[in-house]
Amino acid sequence: METKEMRGVYCDTLLSLAEADERIMVLEADLMKASGTVPFKQQFPERAVDVGVAEANLVGVAAGLSAGGKIPFAATFGCFASRRVFDQFFISANYAKLNVKLVGTDPGISAAFNGGTHMPFEDIGLMRMIPNLTILEPSDPVSLKALVRQCAELYGCTYMRLHRKAIQPLYAEDEVFTLGKGKVLQDGTDVTIVALGAILVPEAIKASAILKEQGISAAVIDMHTVKPLDEDLVLTYAKKTGAIVTAENHQVAGGLGAAVANLLSTTHPTPIAMVGIHDEFGQVGTQNWLQTYYKLTAEEIVRKALSIRSKS
Amino acid sequence: MLTSDQSTQLASFAKDIRKHTLFSIGNLGVGHIGGALSIVDLLALLYGKVMQIDPANPTWEERDLLVLSKGHAGPALYATLALKGFFPVEELITLNQGGTNLPSHCDRTKTKGIDMTTGSLGQGLSAACGLAYAMKLDKKKAFVYAIIGDGESQEGQNWEAAMFASHHQIDHLIAFTDYNKMQIDGTTEEVLNLGDIEEKWNSFGWFTQRIDGHDLSAMDMAIKKAKEQKGKPSMIILDTIKGKGAAFCEGNVANHNMAFDLNTANEAIQALK
Repeated sequence: METKEMRGVYCDTLLSLAEADERIMVLEADLMKASGTVPFKQQFPERAVDVGVAEANLVGVAAGLSAGGKIPFAATFGCFASRRVFDQFFISANYAKLNVKLVGTDPGISAAFNGGTHMPFEDIGLMRMIPNLTILEPSDPVSLKALVRQCAELYGCTYMRLHRKAIQPLYAEDEVFTLGKGKVLQDGTDVTIVALGAILVPEAIKASAILKEQGISAAVIDMHTVKPLDEDLVLTYAKKTGAIVTAENHQVAGGLGAAVANLLSTTHPTPIAMVGIHDEFGQVGTQNWLQTYYKLTAEEIVRKALSIRSKS
Repeated sequence: MLTSDQSTQLASFAKDIRKHTLFSIGNLGVGHIGGALSIVDLLALLYGKVMQIDPANPTWEERDLLVLSKGHAGPALYATLALKGFFPVEELITLNQGGTNLPSHCDRTKTKGIDMTTGSLGQGLSAACGLAYAMKLDKKKAFVYAIIGDGESQEGQNWEAAMFASHHQIDHLIAFTDYNKMQIDGTTEEVLNLGDIEEKWNSFGWFTQRIDGHDLSAMDMAIKKAKEQKGKPSMIILDTIKGKGAAFCEGNVANHNMAFDLNTANEAIQALK
């Protein structure tokens, strides 16, 4: 299947939603070109608001629009959507029980040449501390489209990490997704890889193939929704395979790794290993270089899987 | 111009709001009395005459909205809303008690008549912009009012919102600065001087007026002028006195979040009669 620019899918999905529902709006903070929402502005000029380089106001205006009955999708780089406006999103949107769809683009190493200042490894961790917030990171164009539609239908705030670049579809066009329900991409009996996002889910599939050559049957779960976590699915696979490897383009502390470990340690202690960022800042580099540097690779997933398999 | 009857009626409403605000905070023993009392006359005018509201239907779609960005002045607004009949006056004594619908800072999810959750200073004007923008899209005729504090004006987000409202020509947004010239750590002049506050709002493209925030007629005229503006948001800077109307705290820089008992409150209430 052909790759698709994720930001193009994001915009197309919003356009299709907006045609049917006049409440749908797009908000940007001088990154409309980067987020790919210029076509939305062209079609619905009054419903696309560029607030300029003013992220606090971006979230505040989104909260006000939501209080006025609109469904605003507000996007900016993930570093700003989380670190910079945490209190605005926390109080004006979430605490106020409004309906703001915040989108953090360029998650983790996908920020590449923008470097450490723009490389969010902590946004999920921050967002997980906000009560009732739905947090997601779609792994491919098909799941992105389906999950954006569900975010629009759900009343309540959401935080979505949006990988902007071209991504190979992992799913058939008619695949069905549900927020809060992980997708089993590959069944297995010896170890489960619980992965997140457009970089690590494909790496998890590769890792599963490598493990298969070594006689190890590895299940792969695309855990597109980090919160609420699909606890039933994690527990089912923890019981079935007895070993879990999490994989994410984010700090393991506060991220998917921490969420899964918290669940398992309190309900069904299971050997677990985590692939992700281990207490480091971001830096500049190509995405490939960064992926190798931070060990966000199939090889690292295999290494971790083998290490916990030997302990279990 | 207010008629003599209106002036009398609104002055009496303001007095009642002050009494209930003093009582609810005095009953609790501590609270943000200073900045609550400084906006009482404005609240009396807004809810007593200016705003189109329906206490029996707090979420009426066509109503005017208020964002009290200085959310710590909630007790004054609660007294106003209760006296207007949004909820029973008896409920005012539940202020800040566990499980109350009247928390220290305004909460749209808890209190009938509260249009926006506030309390983290600097955020309300942005929300007011969003509410006003939504109204514009929906072609509603209502107005959005916002009240920000002078100390709160030190928060940068206000100025992001100021540029936004001016750029989008949101002329159905009328904001007020409660310029009582005091904040927690001292006078605004000592802590972080606001400088020429009128010129600041002017230069951000707002139609700016400055008047006595305890003069009901002057405020009424200013709001009328603000409503007549086309293509510009309005800022009305109100010269006020922090703690206005209660001798024990009026003009006292320590009155921001002050402890006082019911006896003190009752003395002040008696003095208002």
